[in-house]
Amino acid sequence: MNMIFILIGISILLALIFLAAFFWAFKTGQHEDTYTPSVRILFEEELSTAEEKKSDQDQF
Amino acid sequence: MSATKTLEISSSCYHCGEDLPASPYTADQKNFCCLGCKGVYQVLQGHHMGDYYAYNTVPGKRQSGTAQRLDYLDEELIAAGLLDYQDEQMAIVTFYVPAIHCSSCIWLLENLYKFHSSIRLSRTDFLKKQVCITYKKAELSLRQLAELLVRIGYEPLISLQDVVKKQQNPSSQDKTLLTKIAVAGFCFGNSMLLSFPEYFGLSGLEKQFSDFFGWLNLAFALPVVFYSGRDYFSSAWHNLKNGVLNLDFPLALGIAVMFGRSAAEILSHTGAGFVDTLCGLVFFLLIGRWMQQHTYHHLSFERDYRSYFPVAVTCINAEGEKAIPLEGLKKGDRILIRNNEIIPADAILLKGRATLDFSFVTGESRPVEKVLGEVVYAGGRQLEGAIELEVVKPVSQSYLTRLWNNESFKHSKNHIKTFSAMASKYFSLMLLLLAFCTALFWIFKGDVSRAMASFTAVLIIACPCALALSSPFTLAAVLSIFDRNKFYLKSTAVIEELARIDTFIFDKTGTISHPESAGLVFSGTLSTEQAQLINDLARNSGHPLSRELVRWAGLPAKHLVSHYQEKVGRGIRGTLNGQQVQLGSASFLGLDPLSFPQGSQVHVLIDGLHLGYFLSSQRWRPGFKELALKLGQSAGLHLLSGDQDHDLKELLPFFPSLQHLHFKQSPQDKLDYVSVLQKKGAKVLMFGDGLNDAGALKQSDLGVAVTDNINNFSPGCDAILDGSSFSKIPQFIRQAKDAVKVIHMSFGISLLYNMLGLFFAVQGLLSPLIAAILMPLSTVTIILFTSISARLYARKNQLL
Repeated sequence: MNMIFILIGISILLALIFLAAFFWAFKTGQHEDTYTPSVRILFEEELSTAEEKKSDQDQF
Repeated sequence: MSATKTLEISSSCYHCGEDLPASPYTADQKNFCCLGCKGVYQVLQGHHMGDYYAYNTVPGKRQSGTAQRLDYLDEELIAAGLLDYQDEQMAIVTFYVPAIHCSSCIWLLENLYKFHSSIRLSRTDFLKKQVCITYKKAELSLRQLAELLVRIGYEPLISLQDVVKKQQNPSSQDKTLLTKIAVAGFCFGNSMLLSFPEYFGLSGLEKQFSDFFGWLNLAFALPVVFYSGRDYFSSAWHNLKNGVLNLDFPLALGIAVMFGRSAAEILSHTGAGFVDTLCGLVFFLLIGRWMQQHTYHHLSFERDYRSYFPVAVTCINAEGEKAIPLEGLKKGDRILIRNNEIIPADAILLKGRATLDFSFVTGESRPVEKVLGEVVYAGGRQLEGAIELEVVKPVSQSYLTRLWNNESFKHSKNHIKTFSAMASKYFSLMLLLLAFCTALFWIFKGDVSRAMASFTAVLIIACPCALALSSPFTLAAVLSIFDRNKFYLKSTAVIEELARIDTFIFDKTGTISHPESAGLVFSGTLSTEQAQLINDLARNSGHPLSRELVRWAGLPAKHLVSHYQEKVGRGIRGTLNGQQVQLGSASFLGLDPLSFPQGSQVHVLIDGLHLGYFLSSQRWRPGFKELALKLGQSAGLHLLSGDQDHDLKELLPFFPSLQHLHFKQSPQDKLDYVSVLQKKGAKVLMFGDGLNDAGALKQSDLGVAVTDNINNFSPGCDAILDGSSFSKIPQFIRQAKDAVKVIHMSFGISLLYNMLGLFFAVQGLLSPLIAAILMPLSTVTIILFTSISARLYARKNQLL
């Protein structure tokens, strides 16, 4: 049963890691702008060239 | 399919999607509505940024054409005030760009580095409409950067208030609160898990764990009490020193006692303590506090003249023209005001023709002409050509700006008394009384340990967590309901104030009269040539309706009028281009007045042929009449207008008596009028829109700025109302009253829970398990009750 001491210690350590992760996310401003990143991720590097490539592929 | 697409492109501007004029501007076989749109397109194409048009079909905004002069950004002092950060090489600046509205905007603004190699990084915050740019200072000046943004159609809005805003960081308080919530939530979750075994009962074998769990629990309680809950102690102490007993006192007492008793029980191995209840209490309380602090980042309620005035003004001295910051303007300085610029300080006109639009200051829309040597008050916008003036008073002491430095505002508004603040005083007293009585009772019985137990138990169980949460949660729910109806409140406390209002004051121009709908509706058919004739004839008359006719037609003068005749108040006639044109009332034109609907009409007769009539409709905001009648039933209505009294007759039916209508009011008059009413005991709500109402808005118990575009300037106020929701005001007020009712009811519910807990507590029988069940249960009940009933009431009031 002494295992419980270790297990609880580990679980609290894990929880602390998550708390720290939250603080890190909070400090780096990830909660400040909740909309723009969702749009940003959809931008292609070069849209026009990418489209050309795609249409090239379509031809084959 | 392709045919419809071509049609779409050819009928609207490729950049902004507006309708094309008769002869559109073209580039690369694409049509543009104006030179500005075409210019932006060409700049983008020149930098291979055509993708801008790929993400959305018409991503641009129509270019206004009159760009602000930005040369003041070259001034070291002003630039330094705008920059977030700078060192020898790099600088970071955040611009507010109102034009941001779609994903193409984000894409373009984040690819700014393709325009200029010295722009390192640009980040857009879509919701705040801000772009933060890092650039090499030596290679690109702030002015060049701003001009680049203007060239691509994203003009930053730079105002004096931004300079000031930077210095105080508004969100840091919000940040620490969220950190505190995170810590409390973390400890709450863990301590709850560690407390479960105790509640379910440990067998003899597992007793060894209870100490271990106890110690861990105590460890979790420490950050909750000394970090997350710290504010309650300092606030309670601060209030006690000032002789105020508010809800923070029993809360702080509850937290302290709970912690003390838990520590004692755990250290002496006599019990499990109340750590999970304690952590949960602090966690829920902080959430309530966070709900209450809700703010709108895209709105500012603290604006004053500084956000209306320019950042800098061109000063003429011996060396030539120089842009200087507004605060640097001294008496005797000679300033140059160009077309469309605002006069920032009271000054004497020295050179040029001044045609000033004071509509923002006085509410009067007619431009004012000034002659050389006349004193011009600050706040006017020059309409044609450049003028030179000599400053007679510094900016802060000008006629207009003095309003903000008014003595009565020095000590902040004696703030809104909330129901919970009043109730908590009695609650705290009752609680202390009960706790001591219980303790005395058991001491009298000779059971000292039980006296101690019951004394602390009373303080723990009566800790008014649910009570403290009932108002934040109700008000936050109402706030979001109002928000959905485009009524934006500065804080939750405004709702309770709204429920108490018994007097309404309206400003006229821009508030109850709709800026755009003061238009005419024509019933009948007119050709363009006939509209031209009406336009040319009406130009000769000074009557307001004639001026509106000219504005309705929107055409330049073409024909000359002969045989012109005007019967004041009845109509005009004349011969144009060989045709006899008559405009006027039905009786003036010899028509039967009874065959037309009621209202002020202008009939059109060309060569004896009746073509139809103009109806002057909707001079007031939609719904104003119904609104005035509804509000008038239970509250006093007043009108304060800076305007002449042309509309007296039309407005009189809506107001209780002639004494309630006041015209030609200066901003100071308005302020004084509000304070006179307040001295008589009235709770005043002021509706206003311009700078001229700013003083009165601030003085009134509740100042509401009415605006048609919430991103535009609105003066400092407690709430901002979108013009389209103007007719919903009675519903808002009913909802506010209902919200207060909900708060009262939830107070009742939480008191019931408290009594249930006290039943165990006074007997000294309170086990941690009862506390651990009662506290979250009451909290959840309150949260559910308040948010559901606030929404039910909103549905009843047709706000949802």
